[in-house]
Amino acid sequence: MDRRQFTKSAAALAAAASFPGIVAAQAQKLKVGVILPRSGYLGFIGQSCQKGADLAPGVIKELLGVDIELMNADFESNVDTARTRAERLIQEGANALVGAFDSGASTAIAQVAEQRGIPYIVNIAAAPQITEQGYKFVFRNFQTAGDIVRNGLDLIGELFQATNTVPRTAVYMHVNDTFGQAVTKGIQAVLPQRTQLPFKIVDTISYDPAAKDLTVEVSKAKSTNADFLLLVCRLNDAIALRREMVKQRWNPMGVISPGSPGMYEEQYFKSLGKYSEYSISNVPWYNPNAKLTKIVEKAFVKQNPKEKLVFHGLNAGFTFEAILIAADAFKRAKSTDPKTLADAIRQTNITDKMTLGGPIKFNPKGQVEGIGSACVQNLELVPKVVLPTAAAEAKPVFPAPYYKT
Amino acid sequence: MPAELVANVVVAGVLTGLVYGLMALGLSVIFGVVRVVNFAHGEMMTVAMYAATVLFAALKLDPFLAILPAAAAFFVFGYVLQAAVVNPFITRPEHSQFMLLVAIAIILVNGLLMIFGPDAKNVQVDYQLDSIEIGKLLVDKPRAYAAGAAVLTALALFAFFRFSLIGKAIRACADNHLGALVVGLNVKHLYALTFGLGSLCVAVAGCAMVVLVDVTPPLGPYYTLLAFVIVIVGGLGSMAGALLGGVLIGVSEALAGLFIEPSAKSMFSFGLLILVLLFRPQGLLGKRA
Repeated sequence: MDRRQFTKSAAALAAAASFPGIVAAQAQKLKVGVILPRSGYLGFIGQSCQKGADLAPGVIKELLGVDIELMNADFESNVDTARTRAERLIQEGANALVGAFDSGASTAIAQVAEQRGIPYIVNIAAAPQITEQGYKFVFRNFQTAGDIVRNGLDLIGELFQATNTVPRTAVYMHVNDTFGQAVTKGIQAVLPQRTQLPFKIVDTISYDPAAKDLTVEVSKAKSTNADFLLLVCRLNDAIALRREMVKQRWNPMGVISPGSPGMYEEQYFKSLGKYSEYSISNVPWYNPNAKLTKIVEKAFVKQNPKEKLVFHGLNAGFTFEAILIAADAFKRAKSTDPKTLADAIRQTNITDKMTLGGPIKFNPKGQVEGIGSACVQNLELVPKVVLPTAAAEAKPVFPAPYYKT
Repeated sequence: MPAELVANVVVAGVLTGLVYGLMALGLSVIFGVVRVVNFAHGEMMTVAMYAATVLFAALKLDPFLAILPAAAAFFVFGYVLQAAVVNPFITRPEHSQFMLLVAIAIILVNGLLMIFGPDAKNVQVDYQLDSIEIGKLLVDKPRAYAAGAAVLTALALFAFFRFSLIGKAIRACADNHLGALVVGLNVKHLYALTFGLGSLCVAVAGCAMVVLVDVTPPLGPYYTLLAFVIVIVGGLGSMAGALLGGVLIGVSEALAGLFIEPSAKSMFSFGLLILVLLFRPQGLLGKRA
């Protein structure tokens, strides 16, 4: 260190000693505990979400000038572990929690966050009860199961209209977990109201989300001779199920998810290759043309040079937005005090967003309303928006061609 | 319910059950002779599944051909593990043996996590999604091959224990440990050979299983538990019992899934376990203690 550097450092030190409050404010960071299932049967999706979290500090620093420190935790696809990870992150000084992709885990984390009075922003989880408990510290920027189903079924109607098809029967298969049951309840409630939909469900088959073998389930579904498969799945089971469909030579008009993960994930394409084609997912999606998407995509490609945002858009997009919500509130609140931060989150109004739908504004229950869905079909080995027509990147293909050709 | 549907499901259950049976056979053989319960059994099978994926990725070696090098490597691994690590615990209390093998299991799971990460790995062979059509029956080709490998390995093992001198010596150790020592058998070596043979079964089962399911490190404890259920149902220490237990579990899960509720099918294997424990605690083909 030369004489000039020494003088500069001494001056800075003296200034810091004179105005301790300013230094403290400048040094302050928002510590965000990110809880995701980065291993276990939800591991692929958890890692996909993590990509959105990893790019958040850099992008948010550029956008808002706010410093974010991520505290990452893997809950290993286990609800009890999610609870203990949340406890630990709070003990270690997290100012806010974000996660957890899974409804069961998110419900557990919400309980911990509420008890400890730490704001928790759900990135992806659809079980309605998460924001129906009167919690003051729990917020969700994702559709509830009811919204997913309503939007998903409406898009199915639009798909049939667009392809001029009239399937009469569907067999409904779903994962038997918190999310699967919530969506099932949604379907049971909404489907009778959608009289314009031409099909009826001839059988409902639930299965273990961690099942290794779906031979029996697919045999049972095939025996119904339903026109198409209505599927609420996760990733690993979606892959196993599709493989089993090919093995059993079951080729219905199509496989349509009214709103679940799995079939648009990168691993689905990697594992199944050409057999991943034509699967349809009606899900909350990102807007590829949004200004924020372009910024996020640039950061994503920089961090993951060999990957494409399209395979992670939903997971990374909603995870990024959850951290953005926390950062935006922190910027306005100028404090990490949990109550002040929660009050600021309640006042959120983010119009420049990445995902489809209206601005991010929380209702009194802590739920964002008006999040949009898209009908996404696997075409040419990438998920493409086929409906609504205004955002479509390709035309829908239904019925799907026979997979052997 | 259509008869062809039931037949298809039963056949799939039998074929899967045979692979489960081979996995459990290793556990049963080790316990039957060495009297040590291998609590790292499922984890060892997961290692074999990873070995098959590595051989496939590096050399494009079909998992059924990978059985040969994997089985040889696992035989050596099992032999060394028994001789160097497990053997000193044979005369110690059961809780010490339990802790030792649980520790090995945890090391294996975490080692796999460190090497391969949490991502699922698989092999994609040409025939993976093929089926064989026999009348109205549609038999999953890789499952049929896996069951074939399981049956051949089990038959070879039965023949080894029945007709070879070493096999007879191992059976002598199992029947009368003191007698075996008195007549001058090298019991320590025979125990290590048995552990090696049990590990060999695990390797074959792992290579066969990897064409049916994707492998992740946490799969190990699931298979350890499954192997326990099978050998307790079939009879701990009985080789035929292990195969029978595997088939029974495979078929009962399949039928329960078909007739009752697919998401509750694993409940029925545990139901079967409780029934066996209540009414035939030594297992279906086990000998009363």
